[in-house]
Amino acid sequence: MGLTSKLGEMGVITVRLEDAVNWARTRAMWPMLFGLACCAIEMMSTQASLYDLSRFGMELMRPSPRQSDLMIVAGRVTRKMAPVLRQLYDQMPEPKWVLSMGDCASCGGVFNNYAVVQGVDEIVPVDVYVAGCPPRPEQLIHGIMMLHERVKQEHISDWA
Amino acid sequence: MNLIRGFATTIKHLLEEPVTVQYPEEERPVRERFKGRHVLKRYENGLERCIGCALCAAACPAGAIWVEAAENTDEERYSPGERYAKVYEINMLRCIFCGYCADACPTQAIVLEHEYRLSFTDRRDAIYTKAQLLEPPPSGAADTPQQTEPGQFTRAIPEMEDPR
Repeated sequence: MGLTSKLGEMGVITVRLEDAVNWARTRAMWPMLFGLACCAIEMMSTQASLYDLSRFGMELMRPSPRQSDLMIVAGRVTRKMAPVLRQLYDQMPEPKWVLSMGDCASCGGVFNNYAVVQGVDEIVPVDVYVAGCPPRPEQLIHGIMMLHERVKQEHISDWA
Repeated sequence: MNLIRGFATTIKHLLEEPVTVQYPEEERPVRERFKGRHVLKRYENGLERCIGCALCAAACPAGAIWVEAAENTDEERYSPGERYAKVYEINMLRCIFCGYCADACPTQAIVLEHEYRLSFTDRRDAIYTKAQLLEPPPSGAADTPQQTEPGQFTRAIPEMEDPR
């Protein structure tokens, strides 16, 4: 407080480091698209101009894991696709988050059979599950906002 | 000439209003028949419409609904007729919002309403219980269980207005 009161007249703002870093992380969270089924169509329409994910600093939806922070798994993950998904997750740099979009990615949804992974959290740690079949663009944005709230509460001691 | 026409198109689009919906602040209303989160309905006297027949669970293609029924008594009455739903759970991550449950329901107890904000940080939070799904009793009506007179609510399904 002493520093703030001394520097207050000079137009300097002091914040905690974790607040500043978490603010920066939530404002530029580049997603890695992992569109596997019909949920990907809604993910595209969230990216398009009507809902415009770039308002949240997410304009770069690119399939390159080494430049991504957030993996949006959209669609059913088959047992054959699961090792690929895990490999791409391992190639993403820390810190990284996973958003499971839709019923199929979250728990298998209507596909309760031997070919489909019953929830993508069997292979990668999921932060936010978004329900819906497929979710509306608003639902996906709501899930992203929920993830932002979660990221803002991370502490400096949690950083590896 | 083509160049001028091209630039005219560009300038016309520059002057247009942006179409973007500023979602968390501004919401686009959903369509009237949009299928969102389920709500369990009540009659005007506050009794629950759901009679615990589990036809919704049988109709559900994803197996998202779990119903356990129990017996009604006149001292503790939850719904008209013999039985009521003691446990009613819907897994929102299994549900595909097809509306077959609403079609199968003989008393129009389950209705897919317009709430769509369904995001969870834990899979266990996605299982909505009866307390979360049931709508509050209408104004002036008592909550269930109610004490009723014998012989007043013997029929589980209301009589049809125009039987054919």
